[in-house]
Amino acid sequence: MEHITTPKVENVKLLDRYTNRKAASGTLYLTATHLIYVDASAEVRKETWILHHHIATVEKLPLTTAGCPLLIHCKNFHVAHFVIGQERDCHEVYTSLLKLSQPVKPEELYAFSYNPKMSKDNREIGWKLIDLKVDYQRMGIPNDYWEITDLNKDYEVCNTYPPEIVVPRAASKATVIGSSRFRSRGRIPVLSYLYKENNLNAMANRAAGKGYENEDNYDNIRFKFIGIENIHVMRSSLQKLLEVCETKSPSMSDFLTGLENSGWLRHIKAVMDASVFLAKAVKDEKASVLVHCSDGWDRTAQVCSLASLLLDPFYRTFKGFMVLIEKEWIAMGHKFSHRCGHLDGDPKEVSPVFTQFIECVWQLMQQFPCTFEFNEHFLLEIHDHVYSCQFGNFLGTCHKEREDLKIFEKTHSLWPFLLQKKQELRNPLYRGFTAYKELQPNTLPFSFQFWCGMYNRFDKGMHPKQCVLDHLLSCMNQKIKLEDNASELENKLPFLDGPLPNEACFLSKVGCAASKTPMLNTPQDYEGEAPPVLTNGISVGDINVTSDVDQRNKENLANHRDLHLNDSVDVLNSEAKDGKPQHH
Amino acid sequence: MEFSELIKTATVESVLLSCAGQPAVKGTLCITSHHLLLSSCPGGDGQPSAVELWLLIRNVDAVEKRLVLSHRPVPPSVPSSMGVIPRCHPGTAEPPLPPLPRGPRQWALTSSSPPCPRVQNVGWYQPPRSSGSPRDNRLAGSSGTITLRCKDLKVLQLEIPGMEECLNIASSIEALSSVDSVMMMYPFFHRPQSLRLEEGWPLLPVEQYFQQLALQTTQWRLSDVNRDFAVCPTYPPAVIVPAAVSEETLRRAARFRQGGRFPVLSYYHSRNGTVMLRSGQPLTGPNRKRCAEDEMLLGSVLDDGERGFIIDTRSAQAAKQARMTGGGTEPKSSYPQWKRLHRPLERGRPLQESFIKLVEACNDASLGMDRWLGRLESCRWLSHVKAALSTACLAAQCLDREESSVLVHGAEGTDTTLLVTALAQLILEPGCRTLKGFQGLLEREWIQAGHPFHLRCAHSAYSHARLKQEAPLFLLFLDCVWQLSRQFPFSLEFSEGLLLTLFDNAYASDYGTFLCNNEKERCLCKVKESTHSLWAWLDQPEERKKYLNPLYSPNPLVIWPSVEPQSIQLWQGLFFRWIRSSQYLDEAWAEIWRLVEGSNTAVKESTESRLSRSLSDPTAPTENER
Repeated sequence: MEHITTPKVENVKLLDRYTNRKAASGTLYLTATHLIYVDASAEVRKETWILHHHIATVEKLPLTTAGCPLLIHCKNFHVAHFVIGQERDCHEVYTSLLKLSQPVKPEELYAFSYNPKMSKDNREIGWKLIDLKVDYQRMGIPNDYWEITDLNKDYEVCNTYPPEIVVPRAASKATVIGSSRFRSRGRIPVLSYLYKENNLNAMANRAAGKGYENEDNYDNIRFKFIGIENIHVMRSSLQKLLEVCETKSPSMSDFLTGLENSGWLRHIKAVMDASVFLAKAVKDEKASVLVHCSDGWDRTAQVCSLASLLLDPFYRTFKGFMVLIEKEWIAMGHKFSHRCGHLDGDPKEVSPVFTQFIECVWQLMQQFPCTFEFNEHFLLEIHDHVYSCQFGNFLGTCHKEREDLKIFEKTHSLWPFLLQKKQELRNPLYRGFTAYKELQPNTLPFSFQFWCGMYNRFDKGMHPKQCVLDHLLSCMNQKIKLEDNASELENKLPFLDGPLPNEACFLSKVGCAASKTPMLNTPQDYEGEAPPVLTNGISVGDINVTSDVDQRNKENLANHRDLHLNDSVDVLNSEAKDGKPQHH
Repeated sequence: MEFSELIKTATVESVLLSCAGQPAVKGTLCITSHHLLLSSCPGGDGQPSAVELWLLIRNVDAVEKRLVLSHRPVPPSVPSSMGVIPRCHPGTAEPPLPPLPRGPRQWALTSSSPPCPRVQNVGWYQPPRSSGSPRDNRLAGSSGTITLRCKDLKVLQLEIPGMEECLNIASSIEALSSVDSVMMMYPFFHRPQSLRLEEGWPLLPVEQYFQQLALQTTQWRLSDVNRDFAVCPTYPPAVIVPAAVSEETLRRAARFRQGGRFPVLSYYHSRNGTVMLRSGQPLTGPNRKRCAEDEMLLGSVLDDGERGFIIDTRSAQAAKQARMTGGGTEPKSSYPQWKRLHRPLERGRPLQESFIKLVEACNDASLGMDRWLGRLESCRWLSHVKAALSTACLAAQCLDREESSVLVHGAEGTDTTLLVTALAQLILEPGCRTLKGFQGLLEREWIQAGHPFHLRCAHSAYSHARLKQEAPLFLLFLDCVWQLSRQFPFSLEFSEGLLLTLFDNAYASDYGTFLCNNEKERCLCKVKESTHSLWAWLDQPEERKKYLNPLYSPNPLVIWPSVEPQSIQLWQGLFFRWIRSSQYLDEAWAEIWRLVEGSNTAVKESTESRLSRSLSDPTAPTENER
């Protein structure tokens, strides 16, 4: 709290990025963990919460007549443009945020203070939810060829590997230690995934090279170089992409040219191409594959985890996806702390490597809508929490560091938290574990789409105005509920004819938006948006089209987003009530 | 003309048909007056049972042929991009010839002298009439490949044993597909058993629309000034005009508008009584002519002190230039109550070229990500989508938010004008968003309103023929509707499937609905008496279901789309329909049906009486059926 000099500033405006309509006016609060903005001009209380850890940059823009603009860019691609009346206030908020968003010591991270009022036992059970040993057992390890060894229990082989690693049974302790001397940072080849159909052949990863193996010294080995660019190229590519996303009213050509010039989708495609190649090699050619990049914790993690996802339907389930991230990213030492800039550090170490992985999964979801147990929100939740530092999973850079930080004693694990929200994170079109085995995605350029839901996630006006996912989830929940209570329901059936009973809502936050109810077409779903002619900056002559109704509805929309976790029933009720004035 | 004269070879055995993403089929190929029919040999080549494949020859946009001389069987797949010479139309300009990669055993048909612009099927080839020579033996072992590029963007390959047969088939298809006489087209011969001829032709859509409107206002009347198409050849016999304006005034105003298209009512906005009108450009010409009757006609739409908007779908510059050729736009001084807005929309040849370039890019599998995005940008198709949606929103905004009446026109008033008026209605009017209402909208605002379908849809994106008046305005409209359906997935009663079917039928159809350029021509050709209506076919219960949106829930509100580039997507379902596999997306669609129907069934059981009540009542409250 010592960083907060001004905990409350009044008369702060929040500008809307895409329209010229009147800015919201309200009060800005700084708490130990969040910046909170409460819109006083809205009829319904509307709050905008920004976690300090999510703040990537804070900029003070030149003073205007309206006040002192403060522009905040978040790591989850939220952009907030405040205007603060007094320059002094603005400066104090600015300096506070600079310190709050870039803690120096790990102990300052949110996870160490986050207290969800959970018992110690439950917290510990939470950490045991994902057990990598179980996954290796699932693959049939240990077997005649592979074994799980604790050779690394004192981090002698490799300090960025977990204590237990999977290596060939034939490799003696001496071989393993010997190999570790040869590989950069001791990152010897270890097993990543064993394709069940062929017991010996496997995907190994993490062999860090700094150079590559001399072909003459490795019998029966074929080399394939796949060009995925390094972290610095990726960082600047994302930067360019975000500039395009932030452009005010770009033309179609501006946008497509910007998208092309950013190279972002080219990089996404490169990661996907490499993963498809890897999966094919393992499955079709029954080859064992060793994957490495320079250090083996960035591109290698992307490619190995995606290939696993292509090969094994287990990783497309909730549990499986958690295992995959724990195994390929967390355990194997992807340096989340550096790549996500959790602490004040070298900005050149920051890179959207994990974001790219998440996007690749989303791209797969677009091509294979029925193959994943979870939906887009699950990906976004994970992406949020990789940066939020609210849970211990992604802190530090490797297992050893997390042990030193006493993560497992002092913080909570993300996974049980997400599983609790399973109802709203599931994919209603999922056809089950056995419906699809290996996936063979199309990797022609047109198959890769710009992910508006990620990079323009907070610009609701750009998204489809009615949400199919929410609707289907409610259909599904309704169905589950009906099936569960089949007999009980028979007596109550006429009741369903009218408004849905309130208890249906607890099933999910969208439970209220039941199928075929007028709720789905409440006007603020889209009416609040100014017509596009205005968002383009062109308007009908001297017309002032911004009506108060627009403004109110726009706010309701945002309100829905911000409050949905708290009390969906109330929000939906107020929406229904508020929808009426539209009919004039 | 007899069709039989055009068919040089009617039947060929052992023809291999292949299409991307489909297993190849081998069978007997037959050519009839209107169809290409391939019936497969049952059980042969691992095929489980006999298959019959029909292709409407009118659907063929381009025929490309390649002959392969070979002592051995022809390799199963011949790269289509190599060595293909575009067909030369007699009397048309030759498209630039690509360089010819030629293998030792492959000869392209016109390979004898590529630089010559007019080489027809000549050169080394001689008709093998005299049998028995060694040369003929060699030819007998050869074969040819015909690539058929269809108007619906599908690409088919036929491998035909025997060179003569191949050439005959190709020239027969070419001849049959370019029959331009409307009354020779298939709809005049198509007689489906399930339908009766007179069924499904919308009875006077304009009159019906007027009846609805007359319940709300007396400001408008139905005029039959055009009953014999004398005032405006491209308008239907009945039009809706201000009640205060006489027939004589209309006649005179028509003389001041291009093509006689005087301002008529396109849409009445019930919420506030404002209207959308459409017309052709005023013929002000270089001398800035005025027309008192035209000014009176437009003046009668507005009360004193009211303001209206004229949306000109050309740039201010282009509208000004049009004066040189006798056209122009409404000067402020003559129409003081009307404020003019220019929103340039692409039309004509540039739009057709945009379509062609986009389809080329979609078919080019060699593109990397950057070049694909570059081509997507440079073809400008998505820019046209964005512009069309923006302009429609502007018109809708004038009506709904500004509560002002609007006149929309470009030059002729038959293309971009209709694109804007039809889209604006879909945005504003819930009644247009049902299957029935959408059909009514298409009838009124495209077909009856005189969009020249015959000219605009004569060729699609593959044709090598010289462009005449082709332009994919209707496709652009369908694309915009698809964008709306993506942004408002519950608000349209029909699905993407309907939009695809409409695209297909606008370019080549079994039905008469999209034939001819206007009502006058349709009357002359007796289209309604001699062909079936597409709507009748679509309205059959088993067909209808295919085109319904399972997520539909009537939405009484205006649907304002976002036109940010991030919100506009390439319509993959159309442009990649024959290129990508849709298996996984189809499964998702089936899953949506299952979920929605499942949840409906569960509720239905409990609400059986209510449901049956609402089903038996076709006039659901929110569906303004026309």
